[in-house]
Amino acid sequence: MSATTYGWLILAFPLAGMTVNALGWKLIGGRTAGWIATAAIFGSFLSALGALADMLDHHEEERIFTDALFTYAETAGFKAELGILVDPLSLFMCLVVSGVSTLIHLYSVAYLESDEGYSRYFAYLNYFVFSMLLLVLAGNLLILIIGWAFVGAASYLLISFWYRRNTATAAGTKAFVINVLGDVGLVIGAFLLFSETGALDWAGVFEGSRDAFTTNDGTLVAACLMILVGAFAKSAQLPLHTWLADAMEGPTPVSALIHAATMVTAGVYLIARTHPLFEQAPAAADVAAIVGTATLLFAASVALVVTDLKRIIAYSTISQIGYMVLGVAVFAYGAGLFHLMTHAFFKALLFMGAGSIIGAMGGIQSIDRMGGFRRAMPFTFVTFTIGALALSGFPLLSGFFSKDEILAFTLNRGGWYVVLAVLAYVAAGVTAFYSFRMVFRVFFGEPVPEARELEGGHIAHHDPANPMTGEPEDTDVGFPGPEHHIAEREWPMKVAMGTLAALAIVGGAVAVPGLTDTLEKFLEPTFHESRHIEEHPSDAAEYMGLAVGALIGITGIFVAYLLYIRRPGRTLALRERFRGVHDFLERKWYWDELIDAAFVRPARAAGNAGRTVVESVLVQGVIVGGATGAVRAATSLARTLQSGYLRAYVLLLFAGAGLLTLYFLIAAS
Amino acid sequence: MWFEDLMFFVAAALALAGAFGVVVLRNPFYSVLSLVVHLIALAILFLLLHAQFIAAAQVVVYAGAVMVLYVFVVAYVGGVEDDRDRDPGVVGQLGPLFALFLAVELVIALLGTGLSALDTGGAEIEAGFGSPAEIGELLLRKMLVPFEAASFLLLVAAVGAVVLARKRRGLPDEGIV
Amino acid sequence: MDVAWFLVVSALIFCIGAAGVLTRRNPLVVLLCLELMLNAGNLALISFSRMHGSGDGQIFALIVMVIAACEVVVGLGLIVGMYRRRLPVDVDAMSELRG
Repeated sequence: MSATTYGWLILAFPLAGMTVNALGWKLIGGRTAGWIATAAIFGSFLSALGALADMLDHHEEERIFTDALFTYAETAGFKAELGILVDPLSLFMCLVVSGVSTLIHLYSVAYLESDEGYSRYFAYLNYFVFSMLLLVLAGNLLILIIGWAFVGAASYLLISFWYRRNTATAAGTKAFVINVLGDVGLVIGAFLLFSETGALDWAGVFEGSRDAFTTNDGTLVAACLMILVGAFAKSAQLPLHTWLADAMEGPTPVSALIHAATMVTAGVYLIARTHPLFEQAPAAADVAAIVGTATLLFAASVALVVTDLKRIIAYSTISQIGYMVLGVAVFAYGAGLFHLMTHAFFKALLFMGAGSIIGAMGGIQSIDRMGGFRRAMPFTFVTFTIGALALSGFPLLSGFFSKDEILAFTLNRGGWYVVLAVLAYVAAGVTAFYSFRMVFRVFFGEPVPEARELEGGHIAHHDPANPMTGEPEDTDVGFPGPEHHIAEREWPMKVAMGTLAALAIVGGAVAVPGLTDTLEKFLEPTFHESRHIEEHPSDAAEYMGLAVGALIGITGIFVAYLLYIRRPGRTLALRERFRGVHDFLERKWYWDELIDAAFVRPARAAGNAGRTVVESVLVQGVIVGGATGAVRAATSLARTLQSGYLRAYVLLLFAGAGLLTLYFLIAAS
Repeated sequence: MWFEDLMFFVAAALALAGAFGVVVLRNPFYSVLSLVVHLIALAILFLLLHAQFIAAAQVVVYAGAVMVLYVFVVAYVGGVEDDRDRDPGVVGQLGPLFALFLAVELVIALLGTGLSALDTGGAEIEAGFGSPAEIGELLLRKMLVPFEAASFLLLVAAVGAVVLARKRRGLPDEGIV
Repeated sequence: MDVAWFLVVSALIFCIGAAGVLTRRNPLVVLLCLELMLNAGNLALISFSRMHGSGDGQIFALIVMVIAACEVVVGLGLIVGMYRRRLPVDVDAMSELRG
């Protein structure tokens, strides 16, 4: 079978899984829906492997395949079709997405077992994977935008999965609105490109842009900036990042899948895919680099102080995607995508571990209430720590190689990029610190009552409540189910987490500088026309970067160790001393308040003004009232003529006749 | 010739006097009588215009039948002097003014516009002009449709009058006289 | 006589009738004044018939007389009806058809 046939299969499996789960949910009981969904995604993964096998059979120059199912419209010079593009980049993304998705589906089979909306969950999850794969495999801008929009919809459905929770639905709406902003940007960008190049498919657009635009051409920069708006909204970069933290309202596997491994990386994929445009408009690429750096610093600083376990990991995600954006913005595609892959592994692992911990806590998510779970949950402890080590860039783990490769490339560009690289190194230290903040707070220290209960062999149980607001809930449909699951007791969760932990350790092997460059060679057919493909930092520079990165990572871990293990309580004292800074960070640099003041309030005020002034006074009063009033006034004049008095009528009659005669008299003379 | 001119002025004066009488006299019965005088004067004017049949019809039908009808109704409804017309109101004061304005206008129109045809005594006519024979021939030939329509209208009016004047059974009549 | 004289007389009678319709409040008298106006019209018609030398005007005048008769019949019937129902026989009192 050809690569493109595998490509269609990759799309078909999740679609089938979704349909079966969605239509037959009443007939499917127990965990069956979960197994169906997992099998569907696994089928997708196998198809991706098949496509990989077929692709490797071909010569390097011939590894780009396109295929179309049908044509939507074909008019003068314009062709819109349902087309896919199977090339190294999209296949790489497919492998990552379908692979990690399979593991997350496996995890969810056990995690969500007692939830009333089990089948619905898996239908949504399959729909999401289908949309993401569609986005990644899109062969033209049209299908990309369709996949983009689907993914946004899936995100909304999954964030507000527990739909009776007010905070969840509000978060889902927030995510969707910001996503739509990104969609608008993407569509405008696509249209600008189409208007100048006349093509929608990738090859046509890239060739056309080479002819139609000069370097840093105004329209091209505008188009690229619009694409960046879309990318930033989807990937939660500044200033469109506020939705991701709130999106933690969804079930933990959803956070793992969508908001760590796959959907939020769509923006990075987009920039990588449209790299010819960004290389032709370096101004836009610079904007992306600056925004990426700013985001990674910002998010790292906030992750220092927030106390909800999932939100720490969420801010960590925002920060790490900032690294990826920085990577592709400085044209280090291999490095950026490498980090995308390793991040998918360890971030999904971290979320899964968090899910296990929250299960052990009976639904409570605040790390202020956690502690000393090391003895009660050994497996979770080991895997979580592996994930944290990978995140911190501990030597020889996957995160170590990927993150530092990006920074080495950034330094290599020279000029003001050095500033960005330095800031990114600082943030790497902060990253290591907060990762181990989590580890030490949750697993070390005095065991909390829930941990003691678990050591006794019994999972703690609390009355169901909203973890953020404490509002009491029930466990019927629309809320989480009554049972909590931990990895130690559920083999699907164990298998998933174990696999990811293994990948987090060895994943770096594909791109050890100086030794292997499997990933870069594999991706070369897609990027071979890039002007910057030869701008490789020297091996010496890379080793230097690795050493610096390792040092910073270990320092961060050490500082966390000092503050949390050696001198517990020190952090509380620090918080008191730097109260202002702490509050500023904890309120997420007041971004939500800023957006509220800049957009929400003016919009509300405008709406109110519209209602009171425009609607009531202007439309009702002046236009409607005025029109009717004028008509009434005019007709009241006519009404006075209808007095009912015969003689008055006769008078008018004669007066009219007289005037008429007068007219004719004058006219005739 | 002079006789005709004299008759014209006499008849015209009578007609106008009769008209004035209708409008001015307070007692409706006197108004009716005044109208009869006016109608007869008008018949004389018709004769002067060689409309013999019309003149005869005017006297017999109009002055004879219609005015008799009027007399009956005046006798029934109230022929006594009534003070209804004491207060004519705004319309009643403006009315004569308008009429005067209209009269002036029409007279100017007739005399001042220089319509040449009006200055003649009329076209050449042969002997039978205006005789019953000619009227009858016109009625039954050229003007058949108006003739038949008019007769239909008379029928409708007669039926209508009967309907208006009869007593309605079953309806609450407040003291029908 | 010139036809114009007859027409002047007709115009004057018409205006006198108009004045009467406007001034009087007794419906009987109003109808009488209406008759005056119709007669004025008749006179004009006969005059023009004489002027043109054709009999059409006279037929027209005859039909006008028929119309006048019908109108009088119905009008008087109305007045009789008003009187019999003890309504005020006054043109100004009949003013319910107002806007």
